[in-house]
This record gives sequence, C-alpha cells and structure tokens, in this order.
Amino acid sequence: METNHTSPRYGMVIDVDRCTGCGNCMVACAVENNVPPADPKATERTGTTWMRVSKLENGLPFPENRSVYLPVSCQQCDHHTPCVSVCPQNAVEYDTESGIVAQIPVRCFGCRYCVTACPYHARYYNWWDPVWPEGMEKTLNPDVSTRMRGVVEKCNFCHGRLQAARAKAAAEGRRTIADAEYVPACGESCPTHAIHFGNLSDPNSDVSMLSKDKRAFRLLEELGTEPKVYFLSEQDWVHAIVKNKISTELKGHGNG
Amino acid sequence: MLKPGLLRFLAGLFFSLVIGWYVFPYALYEKFEQPIQFSHKVHTGETGGLSCTDCHEIKSDGRFSGIPALEKCASCHSSAIGTSSQEKILVDEYVSKNREIPWLIYAKQPQNVYFSHASHVKLAALECTECHGSHGSSDSLRPFQRNRISGYSRDIWGSTMSRINRASWDGAKMDDCENCHDRRHVANTCLKCHK
Repeated sequence: METNHTSPRYGMVIDVDRCTGCGNCMVACAVENNVPPADPKATERTGTTWMRVSKLENGLPFPENRSVYLPVSCQQCDHHTPCVSVCPQNAVEYDTESGIVAQIPVRCFGCRYCVTACPYHARYYNWWDPVWPEGMEKTLNPDVSTRMRGVVEKCNFCHGRLQAARAKAAAEGRRTIADAEYVPACGESCPTHAIHFGNLSDPNSDVSMLSKDKRAFRLLEELGTEPKVYFLSEQDWVHAIVKNKISTELKGHGNG
Repeated sequence: MLKPGLLRFLAGLFFSLVIGWYVFPYALYEKFEQPIQFSHKVHTGETGGLSCTDCHEIKSDGRFSGIPALEKCASCHSSAIGTSSQEKILVDEYVSKNREIPWLIYAKQPQNVYFSHASHVKLAALECTECHGSHGSSDSLRPFQRNRISGYSRDIWGSTMSRINRASWDGAKMDDCENCHDRRHVANTCLKCHK
C-alpha cells in the first residue's frame, strides 16, 4: 500500500562545536523513554543512558588545552548493523520504513551478544527491574513501553514520536510526514541547537546537506557500518582524536 | 477390532483434548460484568440514529478515544430517559455524581503494542465492522474475560482455541495483525506495531 514514495532514512547531525556539555539531551532522553532512576547499586558500566555525553580533550597544557563534548547514542548503523547480525532471537531489526535500528525488549532474552557486538557501547542491559519513586509513575510516557530486568535496550530515535507524528498525519489523511513533525527528545531539548535531525534520503533536508559538509565525521567510520549519526567540528584535533582514540575513549563508557 | 492399548490411547487423547481445549481455557479466564448493561442496538441504527464515530472518535492529533467520557453520555442522559434499572444506575451512580464509568476494555492490548485507529480507518479505509464485527448492533455487553495469568482480555486470543475458520473480529493476536498486513502488502516490521 505504502509503496508510492521512497521510505525515509532518519539521521542525526550533531555539531560538537556548539555542544556545551550541559546534559539536557541525556535528561530529556531518559524522561521521554521511561528510563527509571538508576538503582543505588548501579555503576558507570551498569547504569542506563541511551544518550551519553563524553568529554574529549586535546591533552595539551594551558593555554593550548581544548575540550569538546560528544553526545553519543545509538549510531543507527545502516550497513552490516552489528547488533542485528548477532541477535539470535530476531529481537533487533533494521526498520526498512525509517532506517531506525529497532530493539524489541519483550523479545530479547538477555544474552547480551549485541552489547558486545556494538562498537559504540550504545546498548544497555537491564540489571534491575525498573523502580520509580511513588508518584513518578504518573509521568511515564504512554508512547514508550517500559522494560523489565534481563533485557537490552537502546536509543531508537524516539520512535514513539514517529508513531505519534504518523498517527496525526493519518488523521489528516496524509501518508507522509514533514521533517519538522518528528524530532527526537534530545534534539528538541538542546539549548544550543547542536542536534539536527531529519531524513537523510531527502537530498534537500538539513541533515543531508550537513552530513556532506567538510566538517562532518562519523565514529569508527572505517568499520563500514555506515552510521546515520554524523558529527560536525571545525577543529582538526577533534577529527584526529576521533579517528585514533575514540574506541578506547568510549570503552569505559566515557570519562566525562 | 481395536486393541485395548490403542483404545486406551485414544481415550487418553480425547481426555487430554477436552482438558486442554475446554476445561483449561474455562478455568484460565475470570469473568467480570460491565458496570452497566449498555445496548448498542438502542443507540445506533433506526432506533437511536447514532453512528460509531459519534461516541468513539479519532482525535485531531491522531489518537483514538475508544471509551467515551461520561460527558458524552450526560449530553443526552442528564436526567433519566425511560425507566429501566440500568438507566437509573447510569443517572444516579454516575451522571449525577459526575463519576466516570469504569468500563472494562475488551480490546485493550499489552503495553508494548502500538495500534493506530487513524491509519487503519483514514488511510486503509477499513470499516469498523472489519475488526469489531456486529458489536455496534449488539443488545447487551458480554462479560469481560480476563486471563488470570497474563491479565489480558480474552478478546486478544479470541473465543475459540482452535482458531480455525474464525471471524476477523474474533481475536487480535500478533498473527492476526501480521496476516492482514501480509494480505494488504503492508510492511510487517517490528516497529510497525511495537513501541
């Protein structure tokens, strides 16, 4: 039925030169996606942060020292998506209608193979059942299901918002939605407008044009996973550090 | 002539099937009566003249309001129309006390399921009866049956265990959604129906 138009491929472009590291995106993400407050026993490695801001430094002494903040979420790999290829349960799927890498927590049995396979450490295992302080369960987002202990979860570009935008379009009799109708929580909450979001298949969209900018780079590009999250920076040291060091920087889930 | 062993096997098989297909499902579901006996028949068609969308509406933001709020009922039933016992309960217990009626929702899906009435009704142009059958002309509300283990409504599985030759409105399991999507060449990706 819906074959009259080419499917969108949603992507994100994050301008790290504009990012102040305020962490708004992390909070907005957790609230939007029903991520519960961390368990008291949670550590740097066992907590859940679909969006995580890491600090990168050029390592030089004052006054040449520079630092940027790098918000890292699921990079929504377009090609050979590592988590999709390793999942024994078909709980991870590349969504052909949006380009989003879908995680279906109720299907997941918690083997954590995908957590190991993901080169970006963007996947999180639920070590505890979610617990919300009394009264806070009223703030849960009905467009996003909650997850139980023993399953893996990750960023899905706020897919609940895409569903809501599509439903609104359907109520008006439209089959397609405009870029402005669907923005993930992190992009919406960014006070410096560092996060751009849109359809990469549309050559005229903001993200399409920015992704071709000479300032653009992606994380671990040499792996060939074709992430749909791009970063922008004018600073050469950022490009250099990301090319050489990013895998070790992110291994401890960042130290920002 | 049947050997006694085979006879015993067939008797055991028959016994197991009766247990599995009739006794267990009967024990599995707990029945609850709706707070009021509501007749769709009285409200719709020639007698009432209302259509489905007069009470069950798709909001302009695409969300579906399945169970009408009390104000919808109160707009006609601010005082009793007729003298039936159910009418008295409606007016005395709910309308005059301004208390929402705690309807039990037959078609409530699990929390990880996403379903948009807007896209099925407005884009795919499905009739209400395609999935809800003759619900609109029913004279009474059947008991709500809740699965004692999962808490889901019986309408999710459907009324028959065999699911052979069942009607399109009898049950709304993942298989049923997928089969209909297949028939209509609509994508069957996970995110189409899950959140």
